[in-house]
Amino acid sequence: MGAGLRNPKVWIALACLLPLARLIALGASGGLGANPIEFITRSTGTWTLIGLLVTLSVTPLRRLTGRADLVRYRRMLGLFAFFYACLHFTTYVWLDQFFDPAAIARDIVKRPFITVGFSAFMLLIPLAATSTHAMMRRLGRRWQQLHRLVYPIALLGVVHFLWLVKKDLTEPLVYGAILALLLALRLPWGLNLLGALRARFVPARS
Amino acid sequence: MLIRPASDIPPSEITPPEIYRERRRFMQGMGALAAGAALGAASEAGAGAKLAGVRSGPYTLADDKTPYRDVTTYNNFYEFGTGKSDPAENAGSLRTRPWTVAVEGEVANPKTYDIDALLKLVPLEERVYRMRCVEGWSMVIPWVGFPLSELIRRAAPTGNAKYVEFVTLNDPRQMPGQRSRVLDWPYVEGLRMDEAMHPLTLLAVGLYGEVLPNQNGAPIRLVVPWKYGFKSAKSIVRIRFVEKQPLTAWMAAAPREYGFYSNVNPQVDHPRWSQAKERRIGEFLKRDTLMFNGYGPQVARLYRGMDLKKYF
Repeated sequence: MGAGLRNPKVWIALACLLPLARLIALGASGGLGANPIEFITRSTGTWTLIGLLVTLSVTPLRRLTGRADLVRYRRMLGLFAFFYACLHFTTYVWLDQFFDPAAIARDIVKRPFITVGFSAFMLLIPLAATSTHAMMRRLGRRWQQLHRLVYPIALLGVVHFLWLVKKDLTEPLVYGAILALLLALRLPWGLNLLGALRARFVPARS
Repeated sequence: MLIRPASDIPPSEITPPEIYRERRRFMQGMGALAAGAALGAASEAGAGAKLAGVRSGPYTLADDKTPYRDVTTYNNFYEFGTGKSDPAENAGSLRTRPWTVAVEGEVANPKTYDIDALLKLVPLEERVYRMRCVEGWSMVIPWVGFPLSELIRRAAPTGNAKYVEFVTLNDPRQMPGQRSRVLDWPYVEGLRMDEAMHPLTLLAVGLYGEVLPNQNGAPIRLVVPWKYGFKSAKSIVRIRFVEKQPLTAWMAAAPREYGFYSNVNPQVDHPRWSQAKERRIGEFLKRDTLMFNGYGPQVARLYRGMDLKKYF
């Protein structure tokens, strides 16, 4: 018990479950508002995007702090993003469309924002499936190539959000800006910046 | 011949109307006191006050009404923010007295009405209408108001009046959402003259028998039940009769997505989403959207011969 509580992974996992716990609590107390299905769809979609951005911030953070062990939490964060993506997709298929295959197929083909969101979800599946140590070993170098898919996936997620809002683009643009920053920090310019920041602010560890 | 049995409620059980009304006045007094205390200000003819002398009008739908709570907490009213719960949270800053509505333009009798005079212009009636939002959800709302045609007749439009333009209040101090440039303020909407004169077109001043809450467009708003909700301009300060088709706020914002007519039409999709179905607030399964929101028998003739894909 004591050892479990000292493991940061337990705390991170509990934190990742908070958005779901909130939805359940709101649902039980009738707090999901006049349009509960829209609320759940919106919330699970938002947390998928946040999960992806948090996952993408692990590597820059690692470079900034020099703490290589941070990478140990990346898999779990990515899998939680996938977990919320599954909830989001299930909400759409079940609660929103009520398993109407014709309507869903039409949506995917005709509605660009659905097309984009659906593609992002499909691309996430192989990443989740190959997230185990065994798969990492089996795929070797190709594992990393495959997992670079997370960049276009996050981009598709932002576009999915941008194309669905009626007029007020503020919220999707905020996510877009954070994603742009996280991607820029992987370019030579960003790597230099992280290195400089680290030299300036993070004391070297002996 | 069917002979109905007499009511099994003995006359002694029925509250005499004078006592009933007395109780009501008392309850209203208590309500007003509570509301006044909560607002910390004099709530003139504020939301929630019962509207007197409302008769039942034509066009009353038999569908279950959307609960008052949902009608007043799930709104699109960008003047108070773009989130659905923003209007209910932020509309307290709107002052609905004093309030005037200018009727002007191509009319023989231009006039600026005080809101309290408008409320007494003609007897108020209740109409239970469907409301279909362009976003794909709908409600059934018991409005209180009077036909726009009554006001138009008094204004006596000239032969040049082909369209009617409706303008919402523009005051960022009262309407915090106007500090953001999400739309070009003020909000402008418009109708063709025959649409404006149609007996279904209502100027609403209340819902559920009570004064309109601010978040629903107090003190006076338009209700055009066969068009998407955004056509029904809220918190109106000016009604202008014009010769040319007005440029509405949504046409200016996204001309490819929002046309002047914006009639509810399940066959013409929004460029980004389908309009074939809708979710009635409070229901789980989506229902089919009806042509002209179910008001085809009354309004389809207005659009005879028009290509509704072109004039969306």
